[in-house]
Amino acid sequence: MKSSSPSLLKATFAIVRKDLAAEFRSFELISAMLIFSLLVIIIFNFALELDIKTREAVNAGVLWTTFAFAGTLGLNRSMSVEKDRGCMDGLLLAPVDRSAIYFGKALSNLAFMVIVEAIVLPVYSMLYNVNLFRIDLLAVIILGSIGYTAVGTLLATMSVQTRMREVLLPILLFPIAIPVLLAAVKASGGLLAGSTFAEIMTPFNLLVVYDVIFIAIAFMVFDFVVEE
Amino acid sequence: MIEVKKLVKRFGLKSILRGLDFSVQSGEFVALLGPNGAGKTTFLRILATLSRPSLGQVKVAGHYLPQEAAQVRAKLGVVSHMPLLYPDLTAEENLQFYARMYGIEGMDARITEVLGMVGLEHRRKDLIRTFSRGMQQRLAIGRAVIHDPEVMLFDEPYTGLDQDASEMLDDVLRSVAAEGRTVVMTSHDLARAEDLATRFDILSRGVITASATRADLKQTNLLSFYKQSLED
Repeated sequence: MKSSSPSLLKATFAIVRKDLAAEFRSFELISAMLIFSLLVIIIFNFALELDIKTREAVNAGVLWTTFAFAGTLGLNRSMSVEKDRGCMDGLLLAPVDRSAIYFGKALSNLAFMVIVEAIVLPVYSMLYNVNLFRIDLLAVIILGSIGYTAVGTLLATMSVQTRMREVLLPILLFPIAIPVLLAAVKASGGLLAGSTFAEIMTPFNLLVVYDVIFIAIAFMVFDFVVEE
Repeated sequence: MIEVKKLVKRFGLKSILRGLDFSVQSGEFVALLGPNGAGKTTFLRILATLSRPSLGQVKVAGHYLPQEAAQVRAKLGVVSHMPLLYPDLTAEENLQFYARMYGIEGMDARITEVLGMVGLEHRRKDLIRTFSRGMQQRLAIGRAVIHDPEVMLFDEPYTGLDQDASEMLDDVLRSVAAEGRTVVMTSHDLARAEDLATRFDILSRGVITASATRADLKQTNLLSFYKQSLED
């Protein structure tokens, strides 16, 4: 039998494949995120019995609040699965670059978030009577989700090692993710208010820059985060 | 195969390992015994590259730690009291995942071979969540040997197993050792350790306080040796 250390890409996709296979069998994580998201948008729908104009103004905020809270739920659960049964040790024992573990988990978390968003968006469109299916808006949502899961995966890896993980993750994540959330809300809000893509270039560019920065930082420090 | 010199591990101000010296020859089966809190798990985690030494020199399978951790990991199999398996995947899917992580060629044939070795071929397509604790532990050994490691580390592998499951695990451990692997096992079960190991080291308060081979124990038994070592 021959074996050799797999490349970063192969190890990353092995983790993504494993996470998706496990999730599509149990639907524990996606269903929790989805039910939470739907509850949030329904509650906001009743709470914000406002005139049409005010509703339009808060659409982007409600949308990103929903995604951020549901995302936190998913991040916590995704890392808990690894920690609770010691599987994180199993990953760390593999002869692969530890960045592969970060990228694998981050990509899985992103996939779960995007799946939930794909289901939430049509429901939101119906409830709030707003068309969210625009390519530019979808690009903003994807970029915002990338930034959020990039920094969220790193922080979830840290927080899952503590007893207060459910509380600690949002406390750590929300202040650090503010630049991404602000840029995402600003860009989404602009598009929903009828601005052209050229008019939201500043928050859009900021979103791209934050994504790159967060991924780069996470790539550099992940090794230290998982080390004892 | 394993050489450790003056190993120190501190967590904050607390020293868990205090200048530990330890060595294992190729093919030896060493039982590492000691009371709770002696530092056995911490020591094994350092050998397994999961924890960094604070001071001292550690060499496993010809590579220094922590500098050459990736090379060590490729030659190391680790079994702890947790199976490190995913409950929502089948036995086969779990082994496929680890086979991919170790870059194993001819994955399917190797998985069949490993499942046969741990006696779980008939449960190949079953989810891990349906396995008993004993079956999970046997599959955990399958996971640990999937890449045919030179060195095996077992950290309290009998924890939570009933008599039948423990006896099955004995057989699997014997077959792992019979293949010429170097084995280090921590255990509180002296009878099992005496049955399986070729050497017995006592770890107490962060250092090895006594060591005996099977031949050394001809005049006495392991329990007496263990108690005497802790009293000294």
